[in-house]
Amino acid sequence: MKSKKLSIIKILLYFLLVLISSKGIATPSTIYEEQTINITKNLRCLICQGQTIHESNSDFAESMKKYIQGELKNGKTNDEIFKSLVEKYGQWIVYDPGISKNTLLLWTLPLLLFLIGGAIITRKILKKI
Amino acid sequence: MQFLEKIKKSIFSLTILIFLIISFFVFKFALQKEKIYSPKISDNQIFTDFKVQSLIDENQIYFNKVLVGQNFYLINIWSSWCVPCKDEIKYLLELKNVTPIMMIGINYKDKKKNALDFLKSYGDPFDQIFIDKQGTISINFGAYGVPETFLINNDNKVLKKYIGPLNEKDVNEIKKIINN
Repeated sequence: MKSKKLSIIKILLYFLLVLISSKGIATPSTIYEEQTINITKNLRCLICQGQTIHESNSDFAESMKKYIQGELKNGKTNDEIFKSLVEKYGQWIVYDPGISKNTLLLWTLPLLLFLIGGAIITRKILKKI
Repeated sequence: MQFLEKIKKSIFSLTILIFLIISFFVFKFALQKEKIYSPKISDNQIFTDFKVQSLIDENQIYFNKVLVGQNFYLINIWSSWCVPCKDEIKYLLELKNVTPIMMIGINYKDKKKNALDFLKSYGDPFDQIFIDKQGTISINFGAYGVPETFLINNDNKVLKKYIGPLNEKDVNEIKKIINN
């Protein structure tokens, strides 16, 4: 009886070990894969909005991952890849919109509001003193 | 004094009313707007410096060697498993027969046998067909999936881009561009 219990524990332990080790295998091993993940986390999946290319399993996203990996193997840098994708798909594909005529307000408005708010606060404080 | 108070109150309610009216129109037009995002193609030059493999004889060739000798090229991304592609074929055949345009098919994530069967049963409008097993060649064009069609000129400039199957209106538009 005792030996049976022991063997069951042994089997369970074995499965636990397999589970732990298989988790280790699933993590990205090559440098390209890691770099691909870094890039795809900053790309919007255009046909499944609200998700990044990295998160999505759609046909488009899967192709995009392979495409980016291929470009990295061809020696392209991250910036070059982002730039070429923006040229093909427009600014919408990147989560970090660069400063342009269309995004000027987006970038400067928070700064302006901060300055105006700061001015109001300092004026109030100065008045009190 | 009371009069001033009254004016203050009416200005307040007027501002709220204007705000509500503006929000109403913002939402009304924003919600009606087309949801499918498509980049502006005003100065979109197609990138052609990559290799493609022919579906029929499986030879590899640079894509810029394909775009030679014509004024207009129609690139159509299709697949045998794509249902709207079947409806689209008749429009492609019409364009092939009526206009002097070079039809280039990109066979997207498909099996060779299925692709050939598809062309046999629905007709083959293409002058050349290349395979895109992984979907990466379509990304070179800036495409989303199947079906998608690009009309480009001899400067490799994208004149028109159609996401989804072609229809009667699109075909007439393409004919008009070519004939002018």
